[in-house]
Amino acid sequence: MATTYFTSDHEWLRVEGGIATVGITDYAQEQLGDLVFVELPETGKKLTKGDTAVVVESVKAASDVYAPVDGEITEANGTLSSDPSLVNSAATGAGWLWKMKLADESQLAGLMDEAAYKAHIG
Amino acid sequence: MTGDDTKHLPLEDIHMAAGARFGAFAGWSMPLTYPAGVMKEHLHTREQAGLFDISHMKLFEVSGPEAAALLNRACPLDAGGLEISQSKLSFFLNEAGGILDDLIVTRLGDARFMVVANAGNAVADEKHLRALAADFDARIEPLDRVFLAIQGPEAWAALSRAGIETGSLLFMHGVEPRKNWFMSRSGYTGEDGFEIGLPEADARDLVAKLLGDERALWIGLAARDSLRLEAGLCLHGQDITPETDPASAALMWAIPKDIRASGTFIGADALRAAVERGPAQKRVGLKPEGRQPVRGGAALFDADGNSAGHVTSGGFGPSAGHPVAMGYVSTPLAKPGIRVFADVRGTRIPVDISSLPFTPHRYRKG
Repeated sequence: MATTYFTSDHEWLRVEGGIATVGITDYAQEQLGDLVFVELPETGKKLTKGDTAVVVESVKAASDVYAPVDGEITEANGTLSSDPSLVNSAATGAGWLWKMKLADESQLAGLMDEAAYKAHIG
Repeated sequence: MTGDDTKHLPLEDIHMAAGARFGAFAGWSMPLTYPAGVMKEHLHTREQAGLFDISHMKLFEVSGPEAAALLNRACPLDAGGLEISQSKLSFFLNEAGGILDDLIVTRLGDARFMVVANAGNAVADEKHLRALAADFDARIEPLDRVFLAIQGPEAWAALSRAGIETGSLLFMHGVEPRKNWFMSRSGYTGEDGFEIGLPEADARDLVAKLLGDERALWIGLAARDSLRLEAGLCLHGQDITPETDPASAALMWAIPKDIRASGTFIGADALRAAVERGPAQKRVGLKPEGRQPVRGGAALFDADGNSAGHVTSGGFGPSAGHPVAMGYVSTPLAKPGIRVFADVRGTRIPVDISSLPFTPHRYRKG
């Protein structure tokens, strides 16, 4: 059974078996507007919480997406290379950005659940 | 969130009702996008008609027996040589030939002109013009108007249905169709279209009529930027600045030949010297390879890794279907097809010098 967490930077994490699938929230994709390019990370890259993991580019601007926890990239969503608009149309589904092996599951305790995130974005 | 100094559009309530997302630009709270989103807004403008609120831009009426002489001093222009209703792109230059602002000057009558200035420079422009006017018998009147642009192949038809006939007006001409109205066939998208300055009450009426036409859609500043970039049009403050002159900006076409040779405009000597020397850098179109946009501020390098220039504007071109940019490169490299490299977050992205515009202009010239 996967558990979903949210960050104040408008990311979601779906955690199952020590692996987190990470994406941006629907609220975030709406703020960014139509995406035209996603710079994906290399598999095996080790990230510390707060590192830039992915850069999403809209027509107008580039925005960093940060690693919400420590871990190692196990997979990037290659589909986004040819269809970055998936992040707009399916932010919490087919528009996921990367998967990472968690280095320290206790970091999840500092994240929000869906109710808390909804309160956060008001 | 906006501070106390932020200026608000007279029609802000209409934009809010239309679901606009606002952002700050040149001291104004401006609609950046509407619910359709930048991509659809951009494409809609090229396919049908986009409606833009550009009331942040400023209209000045310059009149009096020496109005033309004043403009000839302020701009590299032959104002008196313009036909009635003819518009011309021109500039305010500093003594070094640098571009203080780019403007559209339209001759309204024997001794009356309309000057349209950029939002961010409007206050400085007025001050500059007023200081110069002390030596001339001319009056400068900033006009309190809503300023709308309607752009795209169906713009004329949507205006016609709204009761405004544009038939005889050609590109880069402007007229006063009603009291306190100014309408020119011009724009900032590369499409056929119009810019209309008019009193707020008239504007509310016109907007209601236009939005009743399914061909017309509100377009935000984000799409305005991608449209003008595809069209190869400069944004002052980015692509042209007080540090760039018309020669390096590849805008000498806007200056009549005899004015280049003998005009007495501010900056004339410096500009003539710059033309004589030849500019060290030139403004060019830049086409990044692949899908990754290259943004303003990115440094450019030649194949050997030597500094080659920089990007001034860049993004994605929804109609072009690829990233588009412009910037300055050293003159020997300023030839279509030459490849340079942009530094994007430490990666060198191949970028080809490209001719401008990226999407063909579709102006109605006659």
